Amino acid sequence: MIEVINLTKSFGKNLIWENVNLTIHEGETLAVIGKSGSGKSVLIKHLNALMYPDSGKVLIDGKNIFELSYVDLRLVRQKFGVLFQGAALFDSISAHENVAFPLRYFTKMTESEINTRVLECLDMVNLADIGDKSTADLSGGMRKRVGLARAIVLQPKYLLYDEPTSGLDPETSNEINELIVHMTKNLSITSVVISHDMHSVLDVAEKAAFIDGQQLRWYGTIDELKKSDDSRLIEFTRASEYQI
Amino acid sequence: MQLFLEIGNYSRLLYEAIRSMTEFKTYRKNLFAEMVKTGYDSLGIVSLAGFFTGAVLTIQTSYQFTSALIPKSTIGAITSQSMIIELAAVISGLVLAGRVGARIATELGTMRVSEQIDALESMGFNSVTFLVMPRLLAGIVMFPIVYMAAVVFGIFGGIMAGIMTNSVTVFEFMEGARLFFFPWDVAFGMIKSFVFGFVITSISCYKGYYAAGGAEGVGNATTQATVLSCIYVLVSSFLLAAILL
Repeated sequence: MIEVINLTKSFGKNLIWENVNLTIHEGETLAVIGKSGSGKSVLIKHLNALMYPDSGKVLIDGKNIFELSYVDLRLVRQKFGVLFQGAALFDSISAHENVAFPLRYFTKMTESEINTRVLECLDMVNLADIGDKSTADLSGGMRKRVGLARAIVLQPKYLLYDEPTSGLDPETSNEINELIVHMTKNLSITSVVISHDMHSVLDVAEKAAFIDGQQLRWYGTIDELKKSDDSRLIEFTRASEYQI
Repeated sequence: MQLFLEIGNYSRLLYEAIRSMTEFKTYRKNLFAEMVKTGYDSLGIVSLAGFFTGAVLTIQTSYQFTSALIPKSTIGAITSQSMIIELAAVISGLVLAGRVGARIATELGTMRVSEQIDALESMGFNSVTFLVMPRLLAGIVMFPIVYMAAVVFGIFGGIMAGIMTNSVTVFEFMEGARLFFFPWDVAFGMIKSFVFGFVITSISCYKGYYAAGGAEGVGNATTQATVLSCIYVLVSSFLLAAILL
């Protein structure tokens, strides 16, 4: 379980958000929504301590990750898979090697076992035939899918998606959304999806958290979101619909 | 205030790198790749720079020493001594500040702004161990080797220039070089190149690792890494000469 307690973050004098409280239960998918620049990506980077807050806690399975030693923190981070906004593939190695990368360092698998696992993960994201393609030769959607394969290769307990459909065409976005739903259901992964794409949110999430005005303005289930009378939330979801 | 912040971050990065030195398994693969990129791949340009520096030094020395009272072997002594004590180390340092420093800052800066460093950290890697440590070690180990190549090619360039301009024979050149050869001078040059290796790679790693702000940020980090590396090569050359000679 992930618990965010009274989290406050600022960069210098610029307050990003304050007193954010969230609970993400096992197997649940939470979408964090909000306008560009509202601090959604900053929030996701606190969940595995890639960033540290001004105050507040993030409890992962009951442990406050900001109080852990670096060695213990690295162990907690291994419970997470992260799909970064630009996929963050290592451009010095091939797509296949990107997926194999964590296995080579964190497992004692043989070369053939690594190869089998990599192909299994690439197959899950419909890229089984990618071979030794360079990351430079991949399209945006393929990069995201390779990033997703790399994120799940160590069978993480938690998956963080930072804008998984941004910059993609509607068809590829739908494919990515289907993959997220597939991962959550079939692999029983607890997921947090950062997005400003309401279609994506409605497709993949069970709960949503709306960040607006430097605070967590609204938090609830997707059904509650559809019925909400919060003016800012309605404005945001309508604006998203107009983009169709 | 900004200066203190920079010094603090630089010290912290070095501390993290040194602390992770024992995690050899993590950076072993990268270390050998970096040694090739930093040392082997730089041999050509450094040898060329050394060759022409030695050649110019011989021509200029022979041009200035017109008196028949000064033996021609002095030209060999001055060229070889200058190359060993100062020029080979400084010239290779400045060339590598551009070649190696810029590469390191650009690589790490691009990895930072494209979230590749965050990706490493989020997988449970210590990114400093994985990225900074091998570059730092490769610089420290390979710079003295590159320096030796610059010395050898500098002396060779001096001899060639002497022959081509008829200003000094090979025998006279080598006689002068041998007469004023002191092993400590070579040791001093090695110490210098060792320090330059540390200075250039640590500054470049620091600038690249903490780069921010997209392509422009990477460009700024690369420029700063190159300029600062050149400045600190010259400053540390002066300090080492003042302390050790």
